This record gives sequence, structure tokens and C-alpha cells, in this order.
Amino acid sequence: MMFKNSVMRPSPEVIEINNLTLAYQGHPAVHHVTGRFLPGSLTAIVGPNGAGKSTLLGALSGQLQAAEGSIHFGQASKGMLAYLPQQSSIDREFPVHVLDVVLLGAWHEIKSFSRVTERMRARATEALAAVGLVGFERRFIGELSVGQLQRVLFARLLMQDAAIILLDEPFNALDTRTADDLLQVVLTWHREARTVIAVLHDMNMVRAHFPQTLLLAREVIAWGESTQALAPENLLRARQTSEYWDERAPWCARPNGAKAVRG
Amino acid sequence: MVDWFALVYGFFLQPFVDYGFMRRALVACLAIGAACGPIGTILVLRRMSLAGDAIAHAVLPGAAVGFIFFGLSLPAMSIGSFVAAALMALLAAAVTRWTSQKEDASFASFYLITLALGVMLIATSGSKVDLLHFLFGSVLAIDSPSLLLIVGASSLTLVGLSMIWRPLIVECFDPIFLRSVGGRGAVVHQLFMLMVVLTLVSAFQALGTLMAVGLLMLPATAARFWCAGVVTRALLAAGLGALSGAGGLLISYHANVPSGPAIVLFAGGLYLVSLCLGLRDSLRMIWFPASQHKEA
Repeated sequence: MMFKNSVMRPSPEVIEINNLTLAYQGHPAVHHVTGRFLPGSLTAIVGPNGAGKSTLLGALSGQLQAAEGSIHFGQASKGMLAYLPQQSSIDREFPVHVLDVVLLGAWHEIKSFSRVTERMRARATEALAAVGLVGFERRFIGELSVGQLQRVLFARLLMQDAAIILLDEPFNALDTRTADDLLQVVLTWHREARTVIAVLHDMNMVRAHFPQTLLLAREVIAWGESTQALAPENLLRARQTSEYWDERAPWCARPNGAKAVRG
Repeated sequence: MVDWFALVYGFFLQPFVDYGFMRRALVACLAIGAACGPIGTILVLRRMSLAGDAIAHAVLPGAAVGFIFFGLSLPAMSIGSFVAAALMALLAAAVTRWTSQKEDASFASFYLITLALGVMLIATSGSKVDLLHFLFGSVLAIDSPSLLLIVGASSLTLVGLSMIWRPLIVECFDPIFLRSVGGRGAVVHQLFMLMVVLTLVSAFQALGTLMAVGLLMLPATAARFWCAGVVTRALLAAGLGALSGAGGLLISYHANVPSGPAIVLFAGGLYLVSLCLGLRDSLRMIWFPASQHKEA
């Protein structure tokens, strides 16, 4: 599963996934995945519901422990990674201002005690302007629409200024104008040579804008250039993968597979 | 000609000028109110209003153990109640983190166990009068060491809260983000629960296990009807708590009624007024909505 990518400059920020299995109560959600994301690549992860897309992204973000296998980030440190989860865990009734949410993107500078500087404030205001939310600084997040909140979260990602950006279904439930605006932000990140990995459902968008695709159905069905990965025979194979758990499934017997099914 | 000054002085100040126990009770209430305001506000925002109640019940067996071994010794009872309540809060929070049982269910389970344990310990140890003392406190009997303990615990709570304030707020409204940037959300949450315990232990000295929760929650739920921001709500709640303490003590003094319930009823009155007349989301706003709206 190699990239046929033209940009092959060596870099410490390759994300290497080696025989990765992620399991819930012994049942694999992601099964023996091997491959890599090159630095500066823009990859879509697609696949049917229950294919393990969000699980894989959660593991990449460090939220989930691998049952087996490993992920290597090279030299990239934790501060270089930004993660936007799918079903936002945000309590929208909590009374925080939009600007404060965006400022949290500077967490690695401010932590628990450091003062928020005027420069950070200016950067946060700029980030809000970049996602089309001029004048929203003092609004509470509870007063925003779903689309506006997603714009705020993108502004926070801009503020995080991360080398690796993980997006879980970032355009879900958005109108076309909001989705287009936020897609432009993603494409800008790509031009800035950041590594962007996004879980997506809109095949047309993937084909049009995402050079790389990982087609996942618990296992890797295809991983490479989008046009090839999304070939009809691959999509058919992805759809046929069974979704449900089998309580009586035998222990996985692949090489190094014994550990994955324990517990 | 009525001497208004003498009337006001006699009603509001004379009791505190004349009696040391009234002064100590007032200072205790001001300190407890100041700590309860922000803590209660966060509890309300986290939808953990009943967790305060549960923790307050866990104070009982600890105080009982202290009482059984050392008699009516304030340090022994305070340490005992802190240990018991902290243990119960940490256990309940840990069960919530490790298993998929929800926080309200695990708190309910543990507080019922500790409450029964506490009643059992007190009942088998001696007189029945003491049980009432545990449940309703005795704010007018606070001596100087107790006052030092209450003010010390409240100060410690406020200092501790200010140390974890930023990660605590993030943990409240976006825990996954905090985890993704390497914040220790679980630790922050546990520290916050310890501060809830500390606040309740100090309030327990004055108001007893049952009434302590009143000063923790009522000012916070009342403040919600006046302002939106976390900080403004916490400050207002602290003010309302202090006001309830002073008001309740005066009513208790002039009408010769028990002080603990008077304080909590005063806080309850403030809550009902806020509910009806507040500036945000109050019944007044719902029943008589503004007839005009802006263009954008």
C-alpha cells in the first residue's frame, strides 16, 4: 500500500501506521491496517458506516489505545497535531464567548496560567475573519447556528497552527455555502504543506479536491490516488464488508493477531 | 418623629454589635457563601446539582466516626467528614470513568451506602440529640477555632479553584479538545470534586449536612436568572450566598427561629424572586415576552 505521490521529499513527519488493530471489547473496528500518510498530503478517509473511520482518526489523535500494532509520527510532537471530532463533545449551553473558544487554539502557549497576549487576541480575531465571522467575538456559543459553530471550530484549528490536522466529517449537516467556505480553508492548509486527513462521505467532493483516498471497511480496501482508490470494484468490495459483531467469531489468527483479540 | 436611624441600626447592626456569637456566625456565613458561589455555579453548569447533595450525605459517616472516637471534637469530626466525603466522591467519579455507568447513578449508589452507614454509626453510638446536630448544624454555636477552620477551608477552596479555573472551564464545555491538547481533564475534575467536598465540610460545621447544600446550590441557581457569563454568575452567586447568611441570621435572631433553616429559606426566597423577576429566562420574560424585536 504505497503512495504513488509525486511529492516524495523525505521528512520527519511521515505518519506510519503499522499493522494497527483497534478493538472495542475484543471486536476489531479497525483490523490490521498498514500504510502511511506523507507530509503535506491531503487524504480523505471514506467507507461505509461502521467501517472504523472515526476510530482510526481517534487513534491518530491519541484518544484511543491500539489493541495491536502502532502509529509513528516521526519527529512530530503532540503540539503539532490538531483534531476536530465528529459529534462535537461541546456543551453548547455552556456560556463561553466565541473569541475565548478560538483563543483555546493557543493552548500550548497559554496552558493553565499564562496570560493571553494582545497578539494572540489579534490572531484569533483574524482567524474568525478568515472563516467569515467578523464581529462574532463577544457572542456566546449557544447563540450560534450549527454552521456558525463549525466555523468557530475551524477558526480554533487555524489558531492551533498545527502541522497535522485531523477532521472527522467536518462538513456534515452544513449548507453548501458553509461547506464551500470551510473546504477552502482545508485547501489552503494543503497549499501550506500541512498534512490533512479528513473523514468524508461526499464522493464528489473527494474526487474533486482530495488527491489521496484511504478506502476503509475495517480493513484497508484501497489506499492511494483518489481516482484509483474509488474505482467501482473497490467501492463494491467496501460495501460488502459485514458491519455487525459476531460474538462467536474465532480469535484472529493472523501473524501477531493473537494479542488483539484478548480481553 | 420616628428615629429611622435607630430603627435600622437596631434591626440590622445591633445584634452583631452586641453578641459575639452573632458576629462569628456572620463571618462564617460570608466565608461559606463566598466559596459556595463559584463552586455551585460550576456544579449547575455541569448538570451536577445533585452531586452536591450526594456528597453532603457522605459527610455524615465521617463526622460520626470522628464523634465516636473523639467526642464533640471539631478537628476530628472535620477530618473524618472530609476523608469520608472525599473518598465517596473519588470512588463515584472513578466508577464513572472506568465503567459506562453515568455519574448520577454512581453518585446515587455511593451516597445511599454512606448515608445508611452514617445513620447506623450515630444510632449505635449514643444519644439521639446528636443526630439532629449533625443534620442541621448549629451556626450560632461556632467558636473561634471552628471559625478559623471554616474561613481557612473556604479560602483554600477559592485559591485552589483559581489554580484550575481555565482547564476546568475547558473540561466543562469541550473535554475532548482538552484531551487532544494534552490537558489532564480527569485530574482537574477530581480536584474540583475535592473542592466541593471541602466547601461542604466547612458548611457542615455551620448548617449541618442537610442545610449545607442549600447555601451551595440556591444562590447559584438564582444567579442564573440574572447574568449569562460564568464569572459574573459565580460572583453574583457568592454575593447572594453572603446576603442569605446575613439575612437568615437576622430573621433567626429577631423571630427566634432556628438559624440554619432561616438562612436556607432566605436563599430560597432569593431564588424564587430571581425565578419570577430575573433579567434572563425568568417567568416574567416567558409570560410577558417583549412585543418588539430587532431587525437583525
